[in-house]
This record gives sequence, structure tokens and C-alpha cells, in this order.
Amino acid sequence: MSAEPLSAGRLVKAPEHFLSREGVRTVFAEGRSGRRDFIRSAFAAALAGAAAPAAVAQSNPVPAEGGDANILNLPAHSTGLGQGVATDGYGKPSKFEANVQRRQSPGLTQTTQSSVSFAPLQSLFGIVTPSGLHFERHHQGWWDIDPSKHRLMINGSDDRLLKMPKVFTMDELMRLPSISRFHFIECGANTGMEWGNVAVPTCQYSHGMISCSEFTGVPLKTVLDLCGVDYRRARYVLGEGADGSSMTRTVPMEMVESGEVLLAYGQNGEMLRPENGYPLRLVVPGVQGVSWVKYLRRIEVGDQPWATKDEAVHYIDLMPDGLHRQYTSIQECKSVVTTPSGGQVLLDKGFYNISGLAWSGRGKIKKVDVSVDGGRNWRTARLETPVLSKCLTRFNLDWVWDGRPALVQSRAMDETGYVQPTYRQLRAVRGTRSIYHNNAVQTWLVQESGEVKNVQLS
Amino acid sequence: MSSFRSALGACAAAALAGAALAQPVSITGIGRAATAAELAAWDIDVRPDFKGLPRGSGSVAQGMDLWESKCASCHGVFGESNEVFSPLVGGTTQDDVKSGRVARLLDAGYPGRTTLMKVATVSTLWDYIYRAMPWTAPKSLQPDEVYALTAFLLNLGGVLPDNYTLSRDNIAQVQKLMPNRNGMTTRHGLWPGSGFGNAKPDVRAVACMSNCATEATVASYLPDHARNAHGNLAEQNRAVGAQHGADTTRQPGAAPAAPAAAPNSAAPDANAAAAALARKLNCLACHGLDNKVVGPGLREVSKKYAGRGDAADYLAKKIVSGGSGIWGSVPMPPQSLPAADAKALAEWIATGARP
Repeated sequence: MSAEPLSAGRLVKAPEHFLSREGVRTVFAEGRSGRRDFIRSAFAAALAGAAAPAAVAQSNPVPAEGGDANILNLPAHSTGLGQGVATDGYGKPSKFEANVQRRQSPGLTQTTQSSVSFAPLQSLFGIVTPSGLHFERHHQGWWDIDPSKHRLMINGSDDRLLKMPKVFTMDELMRLPSISRFHFIECGANTGMEWGNVAVPTCQYSHGMISCSEFTGVPLKTVLDLCGVDYRRARYVLGEGADGSSMTRTVPMEMVESGEVLLAYGQNGEMLRPENGYPLRLVVPGVQGVSWVKYLRRIEVGDQPWATKDEAVHYIDLMPDGLHRQYTSIQECKSVVTTPSGGQVLLDKGFYNISGLAWSGRGKIKKVDVSVDGGRNWRTARLETPVLSKCLTRFNLDWVWDGRPALVQSRAMDETGYVQPTYRQLRAVRGTRSIYHNNAVQTWLVQESGEVKNVQLS
Repeated sequence: MSSFRSALGACAAAALAGAALAQPVSITGIGRAATAAELAAWDIDVRPDFKGLPRGSGSVAQGMDLWESKCASCHGVFGESNEVFSPLVGGTTQDDVKSGRVARLLDAGYPGRTTLMKVATVSTLWDYIYRAMPWTAPKSLQPDEVYALTAFLLNLGGVLPDNYTLSRDNIAQVQKLMPNRNGMTTRHGLWPGSGFGNAKPDVRAVACMSNCATEATVASYLPDHARNAHGNLAEQNRAVGAQHGADTTRQPGAAPAAPAAAPNSAAPDANAAAAALARKLNCLACHGLDNKVVGPGLREVSKKYAGRGDAADYLAKKIVSGGSGIWGSVPMPPQSLPAADAKALAEWIATGARP
């Protein structure tokens, strides 16, 4: 491992391993050697009210003569004939939206087949992630599978766990009673790069391993009932994918019995995208994405968990006492301000809408508070509807930026009363060496120049 | 009379509807029994108690031969490589084999965590090698080969002796030697079932609203030299809106960039088509653009042959025929693809493999 974990084009370890101690040391050494003091003193000076914003310009200047050329000279679209219907049988976003892309974190992984792309949270509105911008995590590459040849098998770890192992076609699964639910899916390693220190510049990379969709499918319970599962003994379920890695994960039967675990084929009104498991994936609301097995080919019911590779080598959380927590699954209450956020520039002083996302794997969001002074004082944000269980919730808060540095944070509370912790609170219990389940409060520093920086406080 | 009859009819219809509500519709004719052959083909999982483990055996020596031909190109000859994936072996000691706890997991200064430092269950290794390895040809290994590879891996980690033969009969004894077998805990509040007890959340925060204790100093941020490490952030934000992306090709605090130009929507050229082809054919699984992965970086190739007039023709032939020795000992297998594709790829590589 080299001492330059943050530079472009360098190969660093796979997502489950991307915390480099050398990297941590480099960043902290930078801090000690004066950069941190530079920022701190700049922040203090500005709080004293001295500095004026230098780089922020008036964003809608009054024209020198006559008026705005964009108004005075009628554009082609006001003076010509537009394009016809169905020019494109499946419409695409405006060409001016080409910057809004899911992206890889440079140098994070060595292969594109075992990698991750992050959703551009900073450019999204509301709670639904457009399917083409949904984050991706593949362990062995993605496939576009012919649905007429896809099968789902249900069996038991032994013959007495169900009356009859069965096979279903997609046609059959889609005949069964369906339900549609909005849920978030978050990778257990979302924000994992930030456990030790700041490692990435924008909320796309710090929080973009989350997406939210309306999923349509059959409750897994319906299909298990058809097979005559003995729920008294079968307390665990294994989901298995049809792709090369044939990912397997254990899910507790309690969740299946509640009816919320879905065999999903629909996403946002259309079929699942191939990158998201077309034609069938497991939906396990509130639980980390690795359990939402894509290209789902088999469900096994059993009387004990399986300790699969992603339950025994990866997706285990290292604690300060050297023990790994196994079968950590729930994504706890978390939030992030998406605008303004890291890597953005505020165009002017004055009014802004602070906007962000909150979610909890334990139920509905009850409240989101926002601070612009690094957590000393908080105001409660507006929650936009709908507010749904185990789903993204959009929050907004009015803010007038006076041009001085501001530390913007959000802190969510869910319906169980659980409050999203700060880094200090989280690290006091879990240390800094875990990779998974980092749900700490995120801080963005709005600098006098208007440029926003990802920072962590202590 | 007629109105009386229709009223009767309405009552009957209501009674029928009531019956339909009371009696749930049963789902019939959907799904069929799985055959024994189908179950055998797909039910390949192996649990920690070895339920599902097929009969068979394999020795450390057999595993070494298999390893060098099928695994070493990604994982290194000794399972130590982090060039492609995280190291599998390293960081465990004989004391760990005795105690079942990997001591180095307590050492915050130890760089990285290998698979053998973490995994508590030997069934996990067997199951995953069988279902998912080798990476480019999963499910091609026979059970005896998986026993041999598991034995070799544990031998590399100092868990099994050189002359060991692993089998279904002795794998339970091997479980008792796993270096981190006592290193897992399920005492946490993040399991959404009752199987491990119902622990409460481990971190308790309160929602203080004013004059709260703060973490007042900025302790960590990206150093300026990493400012542009994720590319120009101006191009990663919508070009219109309350905030625009920072132009990270400039110094921090520089004046904001002029409004971003409309993204180039020109039709993809031959170069972009060839780059797309390289992605589609998975060339980049083994070749980085700049860096060696398994084979050389594609731009290393273009540099090497920059002075050669027939570079594109030469490379097109190499793609089709494969080869070894020029860039190291790992061979590139012959590729079957249309000649026009090989030519397009070769020209793309020869002219610098631009994305």
C-alpha cells in the first residue's frame, strides 16, 4: 500500500477493504502540518465577521444595455418547428443533463466486474432514483438474462422443512398476487470509506451507494406457502443468485412472515434493469443491499444461518476488541444534506433551500434537524410527503447564507426514537476500523468562496 | 312482480359476493415439483455444520498444482497478492490456530485484513470456491478439486501440514483449527430476527436542539493535492441549479468557473466505438488502461509499439493468437472474435486506448 490513497488512477483495495491506514496517516499528517490550522483559523476569522466573500459573484447580473440577450433575441425554439412524437421509442434525459451520471470512485477497485458505481445524490430530487442512475454493486459482472429461461426454485435444507420443493417460471410468478412498495436499498459499505477520515469529495461518493425505487413483486411468503413450508422449524431463508458468483445471503423468517420480503420483478413502473437483477431480485426492506440477491434463482429454507462468503469474510464489522460482528444487516437511521454538498459552489449570498435525504431500516422517519453551525444549534426541517417505512424521505429547510463559513449538518430520528449519532458517538462504540454501517452525521463546510468541502469534526 | 324478482336477484348476488369474500381464493396450478436432478444441479450450498457438503477429498499437493494453473494469476502464487483482489493469506500465527482468535485483529497498525484472518468457518471457503471460482469460469471445479484447493489455502496459512488430505470425513477436525474460529459475535442490534436474541442499538444519541456540545474543530478533510482526484467536479454536477460543481482543475478559492458549456452530444466516433467494444468484450477485466492487472496496461502496449508502422496489424494478430513471454509469464489466451473487431481494437490500442 502506498502513501497516496487519494490520487487518481491508483489501484487500491476492493470496497470491503478500502480503508488504508497509510491513507489515514497521510491525511492526518497533512492536518498536523498546518493545513488544518489554516482552515480552522480562516473559519475563526470569518466567524468574527471580518472577511467578505471574494469569489462569489452576482448570479443574475443586470445587463448593461437594453436587457438580457436571452430575452431580447428570440431563440430557435421560440421561432422554429420542434421535433415529432416518438423520435425516440424510449426517451432519454435532456442532453444538458449529461453531467448527471452514476460514477465509479477512481482507483477504488481493480476490475470493473467486481466494483461499485455511486448514484449522483447531489443532482436528484424527491425520493425516487431514476432506474438508470441506480447505484450498482457487482461481484462478478452483470448479465441481461432471458426471462423466458429464468427459473426460481424453492427447496429446504432437509426434506421435512417443506412439503414439496418447487420450480416457478417468470410467467407463473407474475400471475401471483402482486404488491408495490417504495423502499430504499443501501449498501452496507455506504460511507465506509469515511470511517477513519475524509476520503472522498462529494456526496455521490460518500453516500451514493443508496437508491430508492417503487418495487413490484410477490411476497416471498405467498410462494413459501405454496410449497408448504414448516414455519415452526424453518426460521431462516437463503437467497441465491443465478450469476457467476451465485451470491448467497441469510434472511430471518420473521421478516418473510411479515409479508415485506418480495420476489420483485418491477422497478419504477418497468421491469428491473439488468444491472439491478433483471428479471428477479429479492427485496429485503431496511436491510443492506447485499441481501437483496439479484438474478434470484433459488430460495432455501433452513433451521440455521449459512455463514456464506458475504456473511463470514465480507460484510462483517470489526470492533475495537478484535471481534467481528456477524450477520449485521439492518441499515440504521441516517441522513445527508444533498444540496449544498461537497464539491458544489454556492453562486451567491442570500436565500438557499437546504435539501437532503433521511432513511431508517427500522421504520419511518419521524424528524430531521439541520444545523449550519457545526451542531451547536439545530432547526427542524420540513419532511416532504410521502413519509414511508424503510424508504427515503426528502427534507427541506429555508436558509439565508450570509457569505461566512458554515458547517452544514443533518440529523435524523426514526419512529423508534433512535437518533442518528455523530462520528464521536459512533466511534466511541465501534472504533474506526469497521467498513460497514457508518451512519454518522455528515458535515459539509461552506467556505467563504462558496465552495463546499467534505469535512469531519472532532 | 318484476321488481320483486329483480330484488330477489340482487339478494342472491349479494349472497354470492359474501361467500366469495369469506372464502379466500386458493392459488392452484402455479409452480410444479422440482425433480431430483434439478435439486442436485442447483442446491450446492454448504452450511457451517457441513450439511450439503459432497463426498470427496483432495491433498495439499494436488491443490498446489490447481492453484498455480487456475488461481495464482489473480491471487498470487502464495495467495498473498493484492494486485487484483485482497490477499487471502497472511496475518495468522500458530498461536491463533491454538486460540481461535487472530491476535493481529487487535493491532490497529497492521495493514489490511486477509481472508484467513477473518473467516471463522471452513465451510465458507469450500462453498464459495465451489460456487464462484475461478473468477472467469465459476462452477467449473469438481468437488475433489475444491477439497484440494481448500487444503492448499489452509496450508499456505500454516493451518494444515504439507502432507494433508482434506475430505468430508476430516473437515470437522479442520474446523477446530481455523485461526479466527472464535472471532465472531452475533451480540448486536443489527439482525432483523430473533434468532440471536434481541439486542438494542449500541449507539445512543439524543436530539439536543440548542447550545449543544459540539465537535468544534475541523479534524479531517481532503488535502488539496487530492482535490481533482475524482475528476473535475464541475462536470459531475448539473450545469443549472442553486449550486454548480466546483472546477477542481483550478486552485481552491479561485473565481467560480463560467457556466458549464453544453455537454458534447456529438455522435460517438470510431475511437469511442472501439472503447465500448473493449468494455463489451471484457478486455479490461485483465488489462487496465494505464496499469497492469493480469496482463499489461493497454497504454503500456501502445507505448511499446509506438515506433512500429505495422503496430495495429501486429496487435490484431496477437489478440487472435494469444501469447506469453513478452509481458511476463501469465499467458493471454487466444480470443475468438470477428476479424473486424480485432482490427478495431488493435487500432484503438495502437493509437493510445483513449476512453
